[in-house]
Amino acid sequence: MAKEYRYIGKATQRRDAREIVTGKAKYIDDIKLPKMLYGRVLRSPYPHANIKNIDISKAEAYPGVKVVLTYMNVPEWKSGTPSHRRVLSRTVLFVGDAVALVAAETKEIAEEALELIDVEYERLPAIYDVEEAMKPDAPQLYSEFPGNVFLRGCPLFGPKTLQEIVMGDVEKGFREADFIVEGTCAYENIPNPLPPEPPGVIAVWEDPDQLTIWGASQSASMIRLAAQPYLKLADVRGISTQCGGSYGTKHANLVVLGHAAALAKATGRPVKIYYTKEEHFNAFTLRLGSRIHANVGIKKDGTVTAVSGEWLVNTGASSELAQGQVAVGCGEAQLMLRCSNWNLQPKVVCTNRNPSGVVRGFGGQELKSALIPILTVAMEKADLDPVEFFKKNFVKAGDGYYWRDGNWWVYRGVDYSKAMQKGAVVFGWKDKWKGWYKPTAVDGTKRRGVGVGLHGNADIGEDESEAYVKLNPDSTAVLHACVSESGMGQRSSLCKMVAEVLNLPFDRVNMTPPDTLVNPFEFGLAGSRGTYAVGSAVIEAAEDAKRKLFELAAPILNARPEDLETEDGTIYVRGKPEARIPWRRAMGLTRTCTGQGRFEPDFSLANFMMIYAEVEVDVETGKAKLLRVVATTDCGQIIDPLALEGQIYGSLGSAGIDTALFEESVLDRTTGHILSGNMMDYKWRTFLDLPEFQNVILETPTSSHRFKAIGVGEISTAPGPSAVLMAISNAIGRRIADYPVTPDKILKALGNI
Amino acid sequence: MKAKQINSILGKYSIKLTVNRQLYEIEVGNKTDEVDPSHTLAYTLRETLGLTGTKVGCDHGACGACTVLMDGKAILSCMTLTVECDGKSITTIEGLEDQKTGELHPLQQAFIDNTAFQCGFCTPGIIMSSKALLEENSSPTEQDVKQALAGHYCRCISHYLVIKAVMEAAGKRR
Repeated sequence: MAKEYRYIGKATQRRDAREIVTGKAKYIDDIKLPKMLYGRVLRSPYPHANIKNIDISKAEAYPGVKVVLTYMNVPEWKSGTPSHRRVLSRTVLFVGDAVALVAAETKEIAEEALELIDVEYERLPAIYDVEEAMKPDAPQLYSEFPGNVFLRGCPLFGPKTLQEIVMGDVEKGFREADFIVEGTCAYENIPNPLPPEPPGVIAVWEDPDQLTIWGASQSASMIRLAAQPYLKLADVRGISTQCGGSYGTKHANLVVLGHAAALAKATGRPVKIYYTKEEHFNAFTLRLGSRIHANVGIKKDGTVTAVSGEWLVNTGASSELAQGQVAVGCGEAQLMLRCSNWNLQPKVVCTNRNPSGVVRGFGGQELKSALIPILTVAMEKADLDPVEFFKKNFVKAGDGYYWRDGNWWVYRGVDYSKAMQKGAVVFGWKDKWKGWYKPTAVDGTKRRGVGVGLHGNADIGEDESEAYVKLNPDSTAVLHACVSESGMGQRSSLCKMVAEVLNLPFDRVNMTPPDTLVNPFEFGLAGSRGTYAVGSAVIEAAEDAKRKLFELAAPILNARPEDLETEDGTIYVRGKPEARIPWRRAMGLTRTCTGQGRFEPDFSLANFMMIYAEVEVDVETGKAKLLRVVATTDCGQIIDPLALEGQIYGSLGSAGIDTALFEESVLDRTTGHILSGNMMDYKWRTFLDLPEFQNVILETPTSSHRFKAIGVGEISTAPGPSAVLMAISNAIGRRIADYPVTPDKILKALGNI
Repeated sequence: MKAKQINSILGKYSIKLTVNRQLYEIEVGNKTDEVDPSHTLAYTLRETLGLTGTKVGCDHGACGACTVLMDGKAILSCMTLTVECDGKSITTIEGLEDQKTGELHPLQQAFIDNTAFQCGFCTPGIIMSSKALLEENSSPTEQDVKQALAGHYCRCISHYLVIKAVMEAAGKRR
């Protein structure tokens, strides 16, 4: 049973709750700076073209326009992995690619000026399919990436970044197998995570040596960390506004940032760029396309003896961090499969459509959604229950894996079989599972089926965090940590940790804003790292501050520092609570007491989530409906129950479960246009379509930090798509592996059309 | 047609708008503090009156973020022209708490108590639609709540906690 704490594990009001429900929370478009200009982007109507001529004279002369930039006069900055994407280029690579930038006194003037720019294009052939793109005669997108294949490596993750899974001897593994299956599965509906708030940035570049970026961002630090090398500028100050949803997509926002910064540099005035929803659909982060051809060897008892194959990753017209996503996906595949013999070769390929980028699930969702349906063929051959297969194969203490840094890590966390089993009981798996491609129930034209999927990630301990905790003589504390708020409530959870360590009323712990100027280094919230990585630094800082406070108090109380306790801003000797002094007696009124904490990366723990799904398929209409979801996890120790529940429900959003049913960026392969690029044609789940949803949350203490907790939020979207695919296959009695499973595909599989 | 042309046809024209119990008389025109005939209510609220609590998500009437009340009914302020609102009474998220005591509306309190939001961007619109529902139906079923909120896009998936919050607020009002 989890330990009883004063705040940890209990529901507390989120720090920004009142601002959110009264409309006072400031999002990027709520901020206007003095003399601010508005930037707009002219976008390409063609998927691949050279700009032959561009005439900006009419736009420049339009009253209210301050500057018009084209590929001829923008700075030479390049973003992407490795650096390749220019601020503006003479060649446009997708419908929606940037052609010119305008800054004007109002948004309307900037918009009108775009229409005054005359562009003459020389159209070039375009490619959309990952395998077509690699053919020798395919049009080439970048001269530096022959064959349209990106170079391996991801500088952010270090020189040895994991770019393949190679270990053991696959030939030997296949010889040991009872069954060998071969399969292909593609997860290529390139859904849009689509936060409610479009992307936006304000760039302030009034001093040539210092740039301030206000961003709708998941991480203020990432703005600084990514923009410094991009802009070759030493001093970038990153400030996050309240962020209206990110799901991984809004970190540094380098493309938006680069456009705003170029305009701010050219005009000497603050420039805001705030995308329209149309731009959000057509020129901002999609999920990666993922296609796997693989052979899998399996024994009758469910031991996977070998996996070999090719993982083709379609990142669209640019790689924001696709090689990094490949690294994490490869690590996560090993967490899911305790297999000794691997040869999985990824290729990151560019095509002429809106680029993919960083999204919750980070390569792992894309890999799992394609790999699990191939594994199910092997499970069926060996006649294995998938829940038992996953229990047997998910990482256990003492198992090793190559993680994203290329190093071998040995897992030291809990066995998640217990959570899998608890979820199975709550879901009623034993009764509902009737075997492969067998419906749970048939009622006229309606057939029910069940499926299960899972995910786990060792990024919960990724990257560095630093924190300060400052104690004031008035018995208040201030947490300095550069943590932004994009929906996870993590700022409140970190304040709870400080209040718990200092045994201080929750409302006496304050926190600095997410601004790199006033905070120590912090990577930011990503990969569910907030609880373990950021939490560890924050806890250490609070403990350090307390220790310093006790050193000051010890002579006054005539005791050793280690014998002191603190409660509600007072200090006493353990066992003698009646004789207590306030913090100010120990500190004096002219002193603050500051503790420091730092976290170094640790990939030896992983989180876990399993989704059990039940669907009902109408075999007459082909429509599949998600009836029930049971999400199962073990988080060690709940920090905030409602924040955690919200994160888990999130598996239905941000291009998660529903990418198996209806979410899709429909790409017209003759024009390169996304046909579903608006809120009507892009399908999303409404309040009326909610399935029954149960969370099963175990709390098995894990060796992370003093609260024995780890984060799970990031992964909740990832296990869903393959679970729904399995459920539909079981309901209709035919294997189906084509996302999203729209009615036409079901009717086709049934031979009804 | 440009605002100037309209002004020359109609003569100087102004509209009266009550927002959160405060009366505004705004001239129609194309200066910063005026209402251009092309301005949506969302634009006027946010840009002209500085009431940025109302959010604009899609600006095409498909996400519900911009929902405000007009004479008590939930409307999409991004699909309503301000010049059509002459004489109307508008309530936005800023108008829900008691202006004198600062006490929150029961819906706002219930959203806080249930952490019925994550990123919070869709929250003002959802609260306004919930208020319109409770004005019309003080004892809604969960299905009524789902129906009333079906036009709201929430991508973090706070739906389950939102339904709980609205039901709780409705219960307390009875």
